[in-house]
Amino acid sequence: MNHLLSIDDLDRAALDELHALAESFLEVTGREIPKVPALRGKVVVSLFYEDSTRTRLSFETAAKRLSADVMTFAVGSSSVKKGESLRDTIQTIAAMGIDAVVVRHPSAGAAHQLARWVDASVVNAGDGRHEHPTQALLDTLTIRRHRGPAIDGLRVAIVGDVRNSRVARSDVKALALLGAEVTLVAPDTLLPPSLAGWPCTATHDLESVLGDVDVLMLLRIQRERAAEASFPSLREFTARWGLTVDRAARLAPGTLVMHPGPMNRGVEIAPEVADGPRSLIAEQVHNGVAIRMAVLWKLLSGGSGGGMVA
Amino acid sequence: MTGPTGAPSLHPVASGVLIRGGRVVDATGPRVADVLVEGGRIAAVGGDLAAGMPSGVTVLDASGCVVAPGLVDLHTHLREPGDEEAETIHTGARAAARGGYTAVIAMPNTDPPLDDAAVVAAVLARGADAACEVVAGGCITRGREGRELAPLGELHDLGVRVFTDDGACLSDAGVMRRAMEYARSLPGAVIAQHAEDPALCGHGSMHEGAWSARLGVPGRPAEAEAVIVDRDLRLAALTGTPLHVLHVSTAQAVESIREAKAAGLAVTAEATPHHFTLTDAACAGFDPVFKVHPPLRTAADRDAVRAGLADGTLDAIATDHAPHRTEEKERPFEEAPPGMLGLETALALTLTELVEPGLLTLEQALGALSWRPAAIAGLSDRHGGPIAPGGVANLCVFDPAATWEVDPTKLASRARNTPFAGRKLTGRVRHTVLAGRPTVVDGRCADGG
Repeated sequence: MNHLLSIDDLDRAALDELHALAESFLEVTGREIPKVPALRGKVVVSLFYEDSTRTRLSFETAAKRLSADVMTFAVGSSSVKKGESLRDTIQTIAAMGIDAVVVRHPSAGAAHQLARWVDASVVNAGDGRHEHPTQALLDTLTIRRHRGPAIDGLRVAIVGDVRNSRVARSDVKALALLGAEVTLVAPDTLLPPSLAGWPCTATHDLESVLGDVDVLMLLRIQRERAAEASFPSLREFTARWGLTVDRAARLAPGTLVMHPGPMNRGVEIAPEVADGPRSLIAEQVHNGVAIRMAVLWKLLSGGSGGGMVA
Repeated sequence: MTGPTGAPSLHPVASGVLIRGGRVVDATGPRVADVLVEGGRIAAVGGDLAAGMPSGVTVLDASGCVVAPGLVDLHTHLREPGDEEAETIHTGARAAARGGYTAVIAMPNTDPPLDDAAVVAAVLARGADAACEVVAGGCITRGREGRELAPLGELHDLGVRVFTDDGACLSDAGVMRRAMEYARSLPGAVIAQHAEDPALCGHGSMHEGAWSARLGVPGRPAEAEAVIVDRDLRLAALTGTPLHVLHVSTAQAVESIREAKAAGLAVTAEATPHHFTLTDAACAGFDPVFKVHPPLRTAADRDAVRAGLADGTLDAIATDHAPHRTEEKERPFEEAPPGMLGLETALALTLTELVEPGLLTLEQALGALSWRPAAIAGLSDRHGGPIAPGGVANLCVFDPAATWEVDPTKLASRARNTPFAGRKLTGRVRHTVLAGRPTVVDGRCADGG
């Protein structure tokens, strides 16, 4: 049984295949009735131990457009409240007969643990500060749709709360697979304690990269993970590492601006920039549904071979 | 009933035990000899003692085996009172006996904690008929909260010598100093520290480094251990009180202790088998069985711990045996409790990882597992040898060449959280004798199992 737990589960061919699948599903989502019977009879469970709007809805929309049956497990009103363990919860759900579980959890590695306990496919929809692989797949798809399928050598800066960001960990890996050159931009308190083995460089100085990047990816300050203790104030963070209107004006022409959402408007990104012409933020959300269709289809259709390892 | 040590004991004393054909190894060196035990004490050590032996003497075959003083663990979590689903005094003691131990220091982080004479007395009473001697550790501070001193004198009157808030670091330097000063009035007392600065550890769940950064798991830096060790060494110099550093895990702390010993400070230290065997790479699969505090470190730290044991900077090998219920260890990595089993694998890991590769001699290894911890805990009157007539018969007989594979379902411990499942080890306990009474015979507990 195959899972998508980490970008490490993919090689370049598998990533390319998912992007190609997503392109075809983007065509489906443009139809009058944006639905195909590909996963009819399959059951997909969404199991979210953290609040989420876009990721949960995106996965559920994707599953429904593939005609899968979707079970939404609301942790807040479940036996988890009665102290049921993660293992008991997933095995109870699995006993009902499921094909895939999409899981988000505040602890790193939770999806990996689930994958050891159930036969169903496990899709990691974000585990603590570890990974969020479908976000990286949709981010790289979005970039490729603008800059052509070959993005090797493309210069990408990822700015802000890298340390607490599962998006950054997945994005760095996916971008490196495609040959992009990644620079992390943050104070050391927001960078990982070690970058040994990371295929990227890092700098404290946003000003120094503004003029020569092709893509600027902003990260949300993870206020729920106490990120604010890592710098003196939001005001000081914005002054040094926020994409203000002034800084946006100094970006090279054609530089794309991205944010995985949800945004802290006025903190990591100025509202005018988020809603401005360089911003791909709405498009990221749009592409997210197609990526998740591709992942679910790839895992559940028993489709042609190729690189979904793990 | 009074045991051979003069201490209260409920152990029935076997009529006589002859340990036959083994190689005796203790602090005085090796020799091939039989060991005859009578009335709980060693009656004779010498060449073929079987001739003319009266019937009724239990003969334990030790051919091909090492006959050593019983092992002494400075660091065992028995979980009773409070979490008897994970371990009890009796299941933990059976695990100890299976591992070759005749004494364990029960860590005081129970619920309620061992910060009160009545609780300590209850634990000692429960342990009186256990498969090893259960020696109570005592808290340094009430409730292990790091503020007010526990009744150190009352606990000392009950025989407590090792005081620690283990599980928690005593991070307040003022309280630590006060405890060390007060302990000077308590002969034999040692203040034992879980050296991990809580402010630097935060909510960390593994060693802070390349692996924690990759896995997105908040880390516990090596410096969290080093800064507390460095501070406590200065307080030991200030107060003159013996300091014992629990489960040393970093190269920095090993070096600090090495320098302190060279300067003549009264400091001792221990290392665990998991810290001299495993590294933080073991956490890559997010299995909480590898979560422990202090955490598994880098290969360089592991090698420094090995070197510290080899040159005597680290005095003892201690298990930090920390049983947890299976469902607790199936929680997500960041939420699962830290700790791993150790009693039943410590000797074999020491032989496999340290003696076999030539880092430690067999005598050094047994010193670290038996007579040196016995001395630190004030148990040398009855544990740690030497194996000579008149000595209390606390003995461990093991086959240094026997190989086996660790199977969590076959442990005597009530818990299953060994990080060594499936690992092939060399060296297996054959018999354990507690005050003259066999507690393990041919690898099985004398009470069955």
